[in-house]
Amino acid sequence: MLVGVGVAAFVDETVFHQLLHWHHFYDRSTPDAGLVSDGVFHAVGWFAVVAGLFWFAALRRQDDLHVQRWLGGVLMGGGGFQLFDGTVQHKLLGLHQIRYGVDLLAYDLTWDLVAVLLLVAGVVLTLRARGTARAAERTRG
Amino acid sequence: MAEHGHGGDGGLVLVVVLLGLLAVGSYLAALRRSRRRRPWARHRVACWVGGIALLGVGSAGPLAAAAHRSFVAHAVAHVLVGMAAPLLLVGAAPVTVALRALPVQAARLLSRVLRSRPARLVSEPAVAAALNLGGLWLLYLTPLYAYAQAQPAVHLAVHLHLVAAGCLLTAALVSPDPIPHRRRFGHRAVVLVAAVAGHAILAKYLYAHPPDGVTAAAAETGAMVMYYAGDAVEVVLMVVLCRRWFALPSPAAAVGPG
Repeated sequence: MLVGVGVAAFVDETVFHQLLHWHHFYDRSTPDAGLVSDGVFHAVGWFAVVAGLFWFAALRRQDDLHVQRWLGGVLMGGGGFQLFDGTVQHKLLGLHQIRYGVDLLAYDLTWDLVAVLLLVAGVVLTLRARGTARAAERTRG
Repeated sequence: MAEHGHGGDGGLVLVVVLLGLLAVGSYLAALRRSRRRRPWARHRVACWVGGIALLGVGSAGPLAAAAHRSFVAHAVAHVLVGMAAPLLLVGAAPVTVALRALPVQAARLLSRVLRSRPARLVSEPAVAAALNLGGLWLLYLTPLYAYAQAQPAVHLAVHLHLVAAGCLLTAALVSPDPIPHRRRFGHRAVVLVAAVAGHAILAKYLYAHPPDGVTAAAAETGAMVMYYAGDAVEVVLMVVLCRRWFALPSPAAAVGPG
């Protein structure tokens, strides 16, 4: 039921991406593939935020919301996206950089490291939530 | 860019104001005729008035005049008449109002027209989105833009296409009016996301590749208006679409969002 809630995760994705976008709308060095990928992510990101919040509300209404699992999903989605953004979009496709006029390596490493940390935290939370759910089932059964 | 006055701007303003009053008047008259049957939400009336007003502001008057000279004003006017006004007009459920107010014969004819094959084709979300984006890409990536700025008739055609295509896409995605064979939520969501992506890609492309006769600086600002103001309208569209999904008896069962 809650498996797909990771989508809600894109909540922080957009915050990151949008905030950064404001500083690097388009730096003209972007190949067309990057432009397309950016446009698609822009659209998917916005939609995921809106849909994710409505989904959250729908689950709450049905009393089917497991906060820990949801948070796990959010972190996994956010971390996963950031990692993708940092590696594929920033580096491979050469779509804008994090900052201009400084040595990028430190920024890139921090970016990807934070992404991995978020991802790991999300996985841990999800696994723990699953464990709790199983334990609850056992006591019930 | 060629300067031209539309044969006296005062005349154009007058025509647009009259058309706007006519539109608002007909909507209210139609409501009055059907009021006896069922009550009507007030916010729909507000939507209609607001939509017509936006359409008017984007079509005649100071903003429309500036749009002939500046690409930035042009972008603002386009977001207003092509995106914001359609959202409001569709939200006013004009077809439902008409169906309730028209005499039975005429109402039947209207619903037959709406169910006809061509109407069904253009109200298919993907087709409506293609008409929308196709028009925009044609306008900005071919000499059509410069041509439309110089030729009032072409300009009018572009303007009308923009409004019509905007209304069509909005209606295909979130119309409160009865639409035969409406697509499921997931289908409409995918089309919306694709249309938003197409709009964002075009905006960024224009940022770096100005249409004929537009300076680089104007293209940059205009593109950002298109991108961010477009976003604002698109997010409202997404919220409206998701609210429809949320209002279903069991949303999660009917293909969750994503």
